[in-house]
Amino acid sequence: MGTAKVTCARCAVGGERYVGTVKDVAIVGGGVVGCAIARELSRYRLDVCLFEREVEVGFGTSKANSGIIHAGHHTTPGTLKADLVWRGNRLWRDLSDDLGFGFLQNGDLTVAFNEEELQTIEEIEEIGVQRGVTGLELWGPDRIHRKEPNVSRDALGALLGPTAAVVNPYEACFALIDDAVDNGLDLRVGAGVDDIEVEGDHLVVFAEGDRTPVRAVINAAGLFADRVSRMVGLDDLVIGARRGEEYLLDRRLAGIVEHTIFPCPTPTSKGVLVIPTFDGTIMVGPTADPVDDKEDLSTTTEGGDQVFERARRLVPGISERDCIAEFAGLRAIAPDDDFVIGPTSVPGFFNVAGIQSPGLTAAPAIAELVVGLLTTSGLDLDPKPELVTPAPRPVRVSELTVPELEMLAFRDCRYAHVVCRCELVTEGEIADAIDRGARSLDGLKFRTRAGMGRCQGGFCTSRCMQLLADAQDVPLSDVTKRGPGSWIVREREEVV
Amino acid sequence: MTGLSVRYDVVIVGGGPAGMSAAIGALEAGADRLLIVDREIEVGGILNQCIHNGFGLHHFGEELTGPEYASRLLEELVGHEIDIATDSYVLDVDALRTVTIASPSTGITRVQAGAVVLAMGARERTRGAIRIPGTRPAGVMTAGLAQKFVNQLGYLPGRRAVILGSGDIGLIMARRLALEDIEVPGVFELMPHANGLTRNIVQCLHDFDIPLHLSTTVVGIEGRDRVEAVTVAPVDDQLQPDLSRTERIECDTLLVSIGLIPENELSAKLGLRLDPTTGGPIVSSTMETSRDGVFAAGNVVHIHDLVDFVSEEALLAGRCAGEFATGSARPADNIHLVPGANVASIVPHTISSDREHTVYLRVRRSMERSWLRLGDVYEKRLRYVVPAEMVSLKVRPRFLEHFHGDSLRIDIEPRDEQGDE
Ligand SMILES: Cc1cc2nc3c(=O)[nH]c(=O)nc-3n(C[C@H](O)[C@H](O)[C@H](O)COP(=O)(O)OP(=O)(O)OC[C@H]3O[C@@H](n4cnc5c(N)ncnc54)[C@H](O)[C@@H]3O)c2cc1C
Ligand SMILES: Cc1cc2nc3c(=O)[nH]c(=O)nc-3n(C[C@H](O)[C@H](O)[C@H](O)COP(=O)(O)OP(=O)(O)OC[C@H]3O[C@@H](n4cnc5c(N)ncnc54)[C@H](O)[C@@H]3O)c2cc1C
Repeated sequence: MGTAKVTCARCAVGGERYVGTVKDVAIVGGGVVGCAIARELSRYRLDVCLFEREVEVGFGTSKANSGIIHAGHHTTPGTLKADLVWRGNRLWRDLSDDLGFGFLQNGDLTVAFNEEELQTIEEIEEIGVQRGVTGLELWGPDRIHRKEPNVSRDALGALLGPTAAVVNPYEACFALIDDAVDNGLDLRVGAGVDDIEVEGDHLVVFAEGDRTPVRAVINAAGLFADRVSRMVGLDDLVIGARRGEEYLLDRRLAGIVEHTIFPCPTPTSKGVLVIPTFDGTIMVGPTADPVDDKEDLSTTTEGGDQVFERARRLVPGISERDCIAEFAGLRAIAPDDDFVIGPTSVPGFFNVAGIQSPGLTAAPAIAELVVGLLTTSGLDLDPKPELVTPAPRPVRVSELTVPELEMLAFRDCRYAHVVCRCELVTEGEIADAIDRGARSLDGLKFRTRAGMGRCQGGFCTSRCMQLLADAQDVPLSDVTKRGPGSWIVREREEVV
Repeated sequence: MTGLSVRYDVVIVGGGPAGMSAAIGALEAGADRLLIVDREIEVGGILNQCIHNGFGLHHFGEELTGPEYASRLLEELVGHEIDIATDSYVLDVDALRTVTIASPSTGITRVQAGAVVLAMGARERTRGAIRIPGTRPAGVMTAGLAQKFVNQLGYLPGRRAVILGSGDIGLIMARRLALEDIEVPGVFELMPHANGLTRNIVQCLHDFDIPLHLSTTVVGIEGRDRVEAVTVAPVDDQLQPDLSRTERIECDTLLVSIGLIPENELSAKLGLRLDPTTGGPIVSSTMETSRDGVFAAGNVVHIHDLVDFVSEEALLAGRCAGEFATGSARPADNIHLVPGANVASIVPHTISSDREHTVYLRVRRSMERSWLRLGDVYEKRLRYVVPAEMVSLKVRPRFLEHFHGDSLRIDIEPRDEQGDE
């Protein structure tokens, strides 16, 4: 079909990109779903590109969530979400082995405080067992207090889901996309798609003045999937937003719980959780409030009060005094409250929309499903004979022992240069993140944790900015928090 | 800098005014193998970014800028064989006083210290600590970071900046921004009183017509990429905002100046006992912490409003560390100081009846006229006390001649008009 094999310019070894006049697949949206699909497709002899309007991937909902890889017993049966969640859980484990991002199988514990809730957790166990979730276990109060001494003494029982895990969702996005790029993905960041036209037997994607003809478009644009589908004249998809606020606590509380602690779910929500993040800090949230404005990422006083009140019911030692940061994310909600994945009446245009919670968990399973759909639609999927070995997980100095650090610093002195004191991040790690594609302060933060600790960048912001500015050869005033418009400082105006 | 030695009499963590003053004290005590470690390129600590006047009136008897004050201290050290490792970060201090240092020039090094002085200073509280609702755009930063941008890096934080918090850094920055032609629509303070020194309210706000709104706070931040506006509201006496009386202020920057927190990561790792009120280690009258041979001084112990007191405290810590390292010691403390009425914190936490001490107090509430009472052994009149200004008290051996207890309460109580005037 007129494709020629060329060697990927971005990677030194073996990466193959198949380039034709018409690309095979364009993915719109570089959230975890788009990244997972891109990574899956990069294993085949295809010419694939991904358009992301933000400066880096994962900057939408995929960076602002609870980071839980659910086991699946909490998801309402009879939905597409429920079909994909357990498979996703299994796949994440393999992905983390292959790509080496932070993944910790800490298990979850759903706590019941009265007879009715005890009944509910038994029902959830039943759902889980039917879904194939392994290792579920009902605990009595003694067991709870022995294993999780900081969980409320009022707990009457709990359901353990040992296969639940936590990841750094942004780290996962970066790992997926870096691997896809190494294997030939054409990644376009800062490239919002403004229009898609049908032209003969293919589609043409317009982004920031560029015109890209493609055979298939995967609409993984999250909250804006409805806007993208309207570009090809499909008006039936409407995506609403449900906001969730999360609150991060000081490292002091690390270890207060080991499992992710869930209250008993209600029909509409999983409730407010106490989450030990992969990085060892504690996070509490989320809320669930419908909002009209799909860019409204504000946190609210009421939301915060609600989160702390509910979290305290589960783990009484939690207090807002320990809050170091907060954020909000928006779940993309389709009218049926379920994922919308499949072909549309426009040939070659596929929706992967309404990917609300547990979308992070389901993402790798969604990617498999999409590959299946593309095959069915007639795309030739021919596996590449050889794939580039994934880049090793970036070094984290904070995870090293002193002798290990000594060795590393001996080889590269930048690893002995502390840039972020709270999270112990060195210049070596910052430089590596910039090499891997970080181009904004948030990008650095999400890749290295610089600025995520208790001083929230008070100390390292200027140093990180300087390293970014030096790497990009621009003045500090051109460094942004997360892309155009989010400038941090300006130059003094010369008085003429 | 060339390689470090393996052993030092005293290793000082942090080269701000506390660290440098401690070095001077240690030299006075006869310790001569000293190492100061600082993670910045230059010693001087926070003083390097404080280019305004107002330092040194007590200690040097004249008004200096921050960098001038720092270089005065440095001059006192010149001529002594002191190692100063800058761009070097202390990763760890252990119970045997082995200090682990990371530096791009020397890699990871361990040195053995006869005594250690912790002088890591403080960090600023951030937006997250007070949960300001709203979005998270660029343009929200601590006042100290803004100060660094303006004074050290030569960049401006924005065009129109609202300042939350009337701490000294916020006040100084209000004036600094005004001088840079950045509009400052107001400084907003949650409490009914300002948190900075009175002289800063006058010189930084009044002289520049910048309004100070007490009992008011920021209740919202708007903007996707960059701050577009903030919303402020008055608070009641429970500090709860009245959301029916909000005002929206367009601006592109919000500086937060809501206090400093002693930087005690290393202290916590070392297992030092900390005082939950000050956030710093519990110290004896020699500024020794709960670990033998580990001393502390300056903002790492408690937040000071004047650098002069930092120097005074650190000289003492340095002297005592030097004495410890060279094998002499002072009599142990025998009296606990206990915060009483309207006293939030006291440093040091213990004293000894055989010598004179300077004791620093912070009050909880402002009081026009008051009595300061040290148990029932001593009392003195104070004209007015405010939380923003530290109260210092000289405790002399003669106060304690007839005292046989082991703890003394310090109270600051209202002074009745007729009774004593
Ligand atoms: C508070 C909260 C907590 C959650 N917790 C969990 C959890 O613990 N576990 C779990 O499994 N799930 C969780 N979720 C759900 C999960 O975060 C989402 O399902 C997942 O991130 C969705 O990924 P996505 O790629 O579909 O969307 P996004 O990450 O939003 O990606 C869509 C991307 O498309 C881009 N885009 C939009 N329009 C265009 C355009 N025109 N051109 C180019 N690019 C465009 C956007 O910039 C964005 O980067 C949570 C969600 C929230 C809000
Ligand atoms: C904006 C502002 C205005 C002020 N105005 C006045 C004024 O007008 N008059 C006045 O008298 N006082 C003023 N002060 C107060 C005075 O500057 C401080 O009290 C004083 O600097 C505190 O001294 P320090 O040495 O304890 O801390 P710092 O000056 O903060 O020094 C601590 C040093 O330790 C280093 N450090 C920390 N951890 C490590 C580590 N692990 N390894 C290596 N190094 C480390 C830091 O880099 C820093 O250099 C002002 C302060 C500020 C911030």
